[in-house]
Amino acid sequence: MVAPGGPSREAFWEAITAGRTATRGITFFDPSGFRSQIAAEVDFDQDAAGLTEHEVRRMDRYIQFAAAAGMEAMTDSGLDLEAAARGRMGVSLGSAVGGTMVLEDGYVAVSNRGKDWLVDPDYARPFLYPGLVPSSLASELALKFGANGPAVVISTGCTSGIDAIGYAHQMIQDDEADVVISGAAESPISPISMACFDPIKATSQRNDDPAHASRPFDRDRDGFVMGEGGAVLVLEEMESALARGAHIYCELTGFASRGNAYHMTGLTKEADEMTEAVLDAMRQGGTQPQDINYINAHGSGTKQNDRHETAAYKKALGDQAYNIPISSIKSMIGHSLGAIGAIEMSACALAIDRGVVPPTANWENPDPECDLDYTPRQARQTPVDCALSTASGFGGFQSAMIFTTPPELKETGP
Amino acid sequence: MITAVPDPSRRAVVTGIGVVAPNGIGTADWWQATLAGQTGIGPIARFDASGYPVRLAGEVKGFEAEDWIERRLIVQTDHWTHMALAATQMALEDAKLDPAEQDPESMSVITASSSGGNDFGQKEIQALWDKGPMFVGAYQSIAWFYAATTGQLSIRHNMKGPCGVVIAEGAGGLEALQHSRRTIRRGVDTVVSGGLEAPIGPYALTCQLDHGHLSREEDPELVYRPFDARASGHVPGEGGAILLVEDLERARERGAPQIYGEIVGYAATNDAHHWRERDPDGHQLARAMETALESAGVAPEEVDAVFADGMGVPDADVLEAKAIREVFGKRTGELRVTAPKSMVGRLYAGGAALDVAGALLAMRDGSLPPTINLDEPADGCDLNFVTGSAQKAELGTVLVNARGFGGFNGALVLRREV
Repeated sequence: MVAPGGPSREAFWEAITAGRTATRGITFFDPSGFRSQIAAEVDFDQDAAGLTEHEVRRMDRYIQFAAAAGMEAMTDSGLDLEAAARGRMGVSLGSAVGGTMVLEDGYVAVSNRGKDWLVDPDYARPFLYPGLVPSSLASELALKFGANGPAVVISTGCTSGIDAIGYAHQMIQDDEADVVISGAAESPISPISMACFDPIKATSQRNDDPAHASRPFDRDRDGFVMGEGGAVLVLEEMESALARGAHIYCELTGFASRGNAYHMTGLTKEADEMTEAVLDAMRQGGTQPQDINYINAHGSGTKQNDRHETAAYKKALGDQAYNIPISSIKSMIGHSLGAIGAIEMSACALAIDRGVVPPTANWENPDPECDLDYTPRQARQTPVDCALSTASGFGGFQSAMIFTTPPELKETGP
Repeated sequence: MITAVPDPSRRAVVTGIGVVAPNGIGTADWWQATLAGQTGIGPIARFDASGYPVRLAGEVKGFEAEDWIERRLIVQTDHWTHMALAATQMALEDAKLDPAEQDPESMSVITASSSGGNDFGQKEIQALWDKGPMFVGAYQSIAWFYAATTGQLSIRHNMKGPCGVVIAEGAGGLEALQHSRRTIRRGVDTVVSGGLEAPIGPYALTCQLDHGHLSREEDPELVYRPFDARASGHVPGEGGAILLVEDLERARERGAPQIYGEIVGYAATNDAHHWRERDPDGHQLARAMETALESAGVAPEEVDAVFADGMGVPDADVLEAKAIREVFGKRTGELRVTAPKSMVGRLYAGGAALDVAGALLAMRDGSLPPTINLDEPADGCDLNFVTGSAQKAELGTVLVNARGFGGFNGALVLRREV
């Protein structure tokens, strides 16, 4: 894991269960002139993360996040890379905006700071092509771990993280791979990426109070706060994981997605497509509403998202929706676009593993349209055997995923 | 409803093809030009490329977005998405499938993407740096990024099934088709798949100079010559193909006018060798082909032709020829190999989709398009190439290869009979 306020798995978990927010005024560039001037930045130490000098030079920041998270995940998995069947090891990683940092940096140099349409290649910086194509994210991780199986990047906007893990799951189900390095990464805290969201007023304008700017489900929310980060999950076929005595966090028992076919950034009032995605994911694993102990919401903190999502939970789960603790960790680590889905699935895996539900920070005032239990400000100790997470956004895509404690582990105890 | 467990008895067939390519807009025009060996590569006309070290490309000529898309949508999207919207309309008409008559949840959109909405992106990033953040338009976020095309297609045709955007550089088109197949096995009936690319703009071209594979040759006849002794790299091209992939039973049930063929096997591998260089042993490409054939239950001797990746980069061409020999052994001499992308350039996410369209039409017509500009095979590239003009051949099973920068390898097996 590489997340704002927690550049490793344990640091991340400690920070979000403590309810600490990592949102602050942007320090990466001078944000004056921008509508939204706040973000959840990662204080990333490339050396401490174990990246080589050449990796740091050639990888865009989001790929560095994935490489660092990948090393941590591989070590955690206990997989012996030397002995592993590399040809059956795949890569499926998500990113919504890809190499925008390298692209923007390169653009400024060749265009005379935006003066020239006919840019001058003589001023081109190295590694511009890996910046242009986000496939670099998958190929770099395949290279890092010697994974000779299928490698792919999934780029479905804000659902990229969940979708990339779902894609990995399907590769395993279809016998195309046994182990898949899955997850997502994003580094969108740059002028052009921030500028993309300013004109559509999607981001928060609470520039004078960054620590309290990301307020999912709160009455006074005014948009999301940009974040960055990455998470890698090692997905493995159950039998082989059991056979080698791996520490199993959880089993992926449901993944579904839908398009609302309505608007590139708009959500319907009815929330039918997210409802269907949730119901489908539940049907796949035979999950009943009362089985779900935790919902990790997309909860971006925009007016429409939080309303939409609340409506979908009620439609899909009925009255039981009122009894399940829900939280949005975006309240603390912001919305890292394509990466956040994988970070949130990691939070679900840890919630199951540790029996703790992380809170929604900054939730203070109820919104009549958001009347569920959002686990305000304080984490809760409670056994979690089944966690649902949802993602929603760009392109009208809606995705849902369910992690559960597998029966094999319930029988034998932890 | 999407099932948890894939049902392998649900078979993925292609029932519609839509093409926007440098040597032809519309499947019929493009295919006629391709069989005739007509190149679409020429001097770059979209912008003044005289100051650039690469001045040739495969540009789509005579494409008018207004012919296909309403004005409101044109201004919200890049040329890349315009071409995809047009190709999708062609594919739907070809398959006589009206999305309005289908259950929205039974239809998905899964396209390959590689560099996104380049020109749109460059315009807006210029506005940002030249004028300031308030001058960046509201459509930048929905036009520039890789999911734009899939999202717009889903909205335009009311397709609410699981959607996807897959990126594996030049191998992405095959991966998108395989994911369509995975999705059909899980209960979706119809998938708009394939890929297109629009990489010809000042900044996108500048970025591509960095990958080191673009030829500096100035003669359009010489600039991209896969497997030839004088190969010097390739040129970028734009466009690609949209393929309508359907569940076989559903296609029969609704009386689809044609079934071009079935996707019967696929495999992908990655070299995992170096961040930019290919593995000099070429084995991972061979393994992709072998695994794809195995997964299809097809023996190498049953393959009638190979649509090669044909990078036109000398060491890459030798590696592909070596991989083909590794898979086909003694039969290599009689196996026909072709690389029609010599007529259009490298289309990145669009390239493999266009090759699959070509392979399906070659099976339909019993005619293989040529590799142009291949006069004298390079040392190590001694394959049975189709050169000069189209070659008549009874084709039942065809293998399509694709590779991408970053060590991506893919192979897809197509069968005519269903």
